[in-house]
Amino acid sequence: MKPLLLALRQRPDQRLDLSPLVPHLISGRSAVEIERIELQMTRWRVSVGDVFRLRMGDPGRIRIDGSCDRLDRVGQAMTGGEIFVDGDVGTQAGRSMAGGRLTVTGNTGPWAASGMKGGLLEIRGATGAFLGAPLAGEMAGIRGGLVIVRGRAGERAGDRMRRGTIVIEGEAGAYAGSRMIAGSLIVGKKAGALPGYLMKRGSIVLGAGCEAVSPTFVDCGYHELLVMRLWAGILHPHSKKAATLLRRPLQRLAGDMAVLGKGEIFIGSQS
Amino acid sequence: MRILTVKGVRIDDTFAEAFGMRATALTITADTARWARQAAVTMTGFATSVIGCGCEAGIDCELTVKRTPDGRPGVRVLLFATSSTELQKQLQARVGQCVLTSPSSACYAGIKGEEALKLGNALRYFGDGWQVSKRFGGKHYWRIPVMDGEFVCEATTAVTKAAVGGGNLIIIGRTSETTRAAAEAAAAAITRVPDVIAPFPGGIARSGSKVGSKYKGVLASTNDAYCPTLRGAVKTSLDADAGAVLEIVIDGLTSEAVATAMRASIAAIVKLGPKRGATRISAGNYGGKLGPHHYHLRDLLP
Repeated sequence: MKPLLLALRQRPDQRLDLSPLVPHLISGRSAVEIERIELQMTRWRVSVGDVFRLRMGDPGRIRIDGSCDRLDRVGQAMTGGEIFVDGDVGTQAGRSMAGGRLTVTGNTGPWAASGMKGGLLEIRGATGAFLGAPLAGEMAGIRGGLVIVRGRAGERAGDRMRRGTIVIEGEAGAYAGSRMIAGSLIVGKKAGALPGYLMKRGSIVLGAGCEAVSPTFVDCGYHELLVMRLWAGILHPHSKKAATLLRRPLQRLAGDMAVLGKGEIFIGSQS
Repeated sequence: MRILTVKGVRIDDTFAEAFGMRATALTITADTARWARQAAVTMTGFATSVIGCGCEAGIDCELTVKRTPDGRPGVRVLLFATSSTELQKQLQARVGQCVLTSPSSACYAGIKGEEALKLGNALRYFGDGWQVSKRFGGKHYWRIPVMDGEFVCEATTAVTKAAVGGGNLIIIGRTSETTRAAAEAAAAAITRVPDVIAPFPGGIARSGSKVGSKYKGVLASTNDAYCPTLRGAVKTSLDADAGAVLEIVIDGLTSEAVATAMRASIAAIVKLGPKRGATRISAGNYGGKLGPHHYHLRDLLP
């Protein structure tokens, strides 16, 4: 059975909240019922049929064609199945996602994977600031699942991360892994200044170093740790670049000593 | 009792009686096969019988680099005990004292199941606060800093309730040498069967026991019916040509695995023949009333 296709008729003139269009909320509905689902725009509500051309298919596999950066909360709270987005998306892609697979071929806005609990989010382009970070007032960011960003990530990627794995194959902005509680963050290329700022626990791996390391991180020497080998084996199907990076000797910096100091930054030997 | 003869080896028409046990499996890896084996051998030492050792343990098989989680040479170890509580106690003590201490070692669950036993979750306190928890690919690991780097240990392993302990063969020959040759062939055959161990030294026991004793408080004593030197003095089970008896005890994760191992052992003994090996094969039981698993030798002939 072919995936259920939603082709965007035209770029909406306001922001559009796509959170109701996830597999577990539309399964069992007919084409007419899906077209009647109401979506919230910035100022008023529209129905799915107004903004998308629908081709019925397997509701467990949704494909969004012609997507643009005004489509927000794509795949929010999805529990299973698959959403494939051809194009860019807006803010909070994969927000609170608990399972399944969300793929975006273009770029995403800020707060992608915010509050994510499980599943796999792949962003083939770049992502904005606060990847996996909590929204204002929340205690923790991403707490499970795997996020792969093939391009660049903005500032504060992995802010207040609690658990799970984030792989950024490109560069990362400043304060990557800021206030991390635990979890694992990999940046393939160079990171901005002060990665791991006020991190308590967790692991950050920087393939090509960073602009500036905080003086509150202390050098623990170069090591080839077994756990990195184990991790490389698990990540290899998802990101060969990350797996290659993890198999190299890495310099371990412990910190952030300004807080608990049980976190660690690993820096690739080439930097 | 009816006697069956296969290629000159007499096989008693009797059965081995075995018991349900709790068991777990571990994968131990190290930088080299030698050190993986060393950790496994140390961990499974003094684990021949639950009566005196708390558990029965042994090496199931060696694992190539493609079959281990971290891509290093490894060994699969099986542990059997009478209860999950005892199994937990033995696992923790043995991994903590013998695997954690072994250079370059790492330890992973070797079996899947619903009921968990603490592995890294119990050993992590050795890290004194510097231990690190990592969850990758749906699994939970502990990294414990040690003097040669880090000890990586999976948080839990599973326990199976389908395990069977006490599958056995009694091997009777003319001399000590030929009987030992037959027992060695049988033990070698068992190492090739997956999911089973023969926990006694080299897989062979020479001091088979019976339940009870003339002495108060002694639970088990020598199996006088099979002692060749007592042949005339007690109600013996031995024929006139018997000069030595050895026993193989088999523990398996499933009843099928134990049956497969017994079948392989009998085949190996029969192949060796009565001149170079055993003249007779029997099995130990308690009349069939104590253990739920009965392995009839006539069903396991080659």
